[in-house]
Amino acid sequence: MVSYLIFTLTIGGIYALLALSLNLVWGSAGMVNLGLAGFFGIGAYASALATGAGVPVLFGWAIAALAGVAVGLVVTFATLRLRDDYLAIVTLGIAEMVRLVALNERWLTKGADGISGIAAPFKTQLGVAGFNVFYLLLVSVVVAAVWFLLRRLDVSPYGRALKAIREDQELARFAGKPVLRFKFEAFALSAALAALAGALYAHYQSYISPDHVQPLITIYIFLALTAGGLGRPAGAVLGGYAVVLFLESTRFVAEFLPGLQPVQLAALREVLIGAALLLALHLRPQGILPETAPKAPQP
Amino acid sequence: MIQLWQALANGVMTGALLAIPAIGFSTIFAVLRYPSFAIAGWVTLGAFAGWIANTRLGFPVLALIPVAFLAAGLVGGLLENATLKALRPAGALTVAIGSIGLNIVVENVIRFFYGNDLRGFDLPLKPDLRFGGVRVGPQQIENLLMALTIMVAVFLFLRYSRFGRGMRAVADNPDLARLKGIDPGTISQAALVLGCGLAGVGGVLLGLDTSIDPLTGYRVLLSVFAAAVLGGLGSIPGAVAGALALGLAEELALLVAPPTYRTGIGFVAILLMLTFRPRGLLGERAV
Repeated sequence: MVSYLIFTLTIGGIYALLALSLNLVWGSAGMVNLGLAGFFGIGAYASALATGAGVPVLFGWAIAALAGVAVGLVVTFATLRLRDDYLAIVTLGIAEMVRLVALNERWLTKGADGISGIAAPFKTQLGVAGFNVFYLLLVSVVVAAVWFLLRRLDVSPYGRALKAIREDQELARFAGKPVLRFKFEAFALSAALAALAGALYAHYQSYISPDHVQPLITIYIFLALTAGGLGRPAGAVLGGYAVVLFLESTRFVAEFLPGLQPVQLAALREVLIGAALLLALHLRPQGILPETAPKAPQP
Repeated sequence: MIQLWQALANGVMTGALLAIPAIGFSTIFAVLRYPSFAIAGWVTLGAFAGWIANTRLGFPVLALIPVAFLAAGLVGGLLENATLKALRPAGALTVAIGSIGLNIVVENVIRFFYGNDLRGFDLPLKPDLRFGGVRVGPQQIENLLMALTIMVAVFLFLRYSRFGRGMRAVADNPDLARLKGIDPGTISQAALVLGCGLAGVGGVLLGLDTSIDPLTGYRVLLSVFAAAVLGGLGSIPGAVAGALALGLAEELALLVAPPTYRTGIGFVAILLMLTFRPRGLLGERAV
């Protein structure tokens, strides 16, 4: 039971990181990224491949983040200049492309079999139980650090500029803000965070396959953020953990619904997720922890 | 050479099938100004409604089109209005994300009842026709003719009917339309029924071409988006042109690329189009 709790909290931390990443683009800058699962996958595969080639794990994570940034910038290069709905469509495509490449480029990704035996840092020294505790701490520290940094960013002049862009691009441009540069930077940083979450996941599970890069992850994170509180890093963290708890608790519901096939249970769970997302958008557009607008500094 | 002709023939047929849900998507985008991801759900819903009518109730193929249109149009039109209307003031992105939630619900309700198995329609087996080495299935020709007929019907509807003209007026300038006494609420509802219904018809046509499962709609979603972006978001003739261009591009690319990357073609097409001509073949401005 304790090990199950540790597992849930570790995955919760990884989802919290993804939610923080989404909060930066969507919550702060008002852009949408429907390719979170794709960036998650890019990070996971990049780090798995790099460490598989003998690179130390920490460098693998850095490579993962850079790979996320690179793909993010290449793909959004044309799109960020356009209306926001184009970004939604293009980013959805990214997630699909990552899955396609992971499935088909067997020489690189081993196709549907996935890459196994990904280096788990200190696992031999710590043993399985020790490793799980260590990794929970590691992920929690990363989440806390990223949360702290993004919170700082949120209240800094930079964060205010992002929110100005979210509210009214034209006005922000009129006020002399380089809107396009801000958008690129926010998207790149967010892509790096999502890729880092993927890398953390890959080294935790020691295994990554195209099944782990499903578009459903993106939906979970959107639910996490809308329920937790769009535009506020603490809300993103809370939402990330809450969604994992919700997903895990549905496993136990299965015991109360005998006579249903596994596929029906899975379908029921996704119906709940979709309905919850709609409900969260309707009931509390500001989430459990609403965004707080800091006072403007006195000149 | 034969291969090329075959690819062109396949491309036109693929494009014509794709055009129907793409018109549906563009209708909703033109009038309500948000990209509806729930289109995928209505494609699947229409496909299953047609499949039930065909295999359980013994309806002939032609009768499946109105069945799918009514099922997807009524269920989709009403649900999409009921669940997303209140989100519209919050902006197009919020509505789009709501439509993703709606899509997940629809897809999984269908999965709950019918599982993940592939299902085929009851079709008489007929040998392929050959036109100088190019092979075409009779069902494909029938699908192509049905798709063309539906396109003509949609154009006539938009051009001459009261609702159709109202939709074009609202799409063009909602404020002016309101000033002229057109009720945007009614027009939005009509556009949703038309858009979702066409998506459902597209589902049946795609199902007749291959087979159906709960992911039928999601699998073509990216292609539908690509067709709409290629043609210009919100333009209905553009959706048709974009779908044909995409169908041809997909089939021609198959001559050099492995078939598993078929959906990737749509993505590359979107990226290229947005880089060089963001407003698409026939679209409005994109900034």
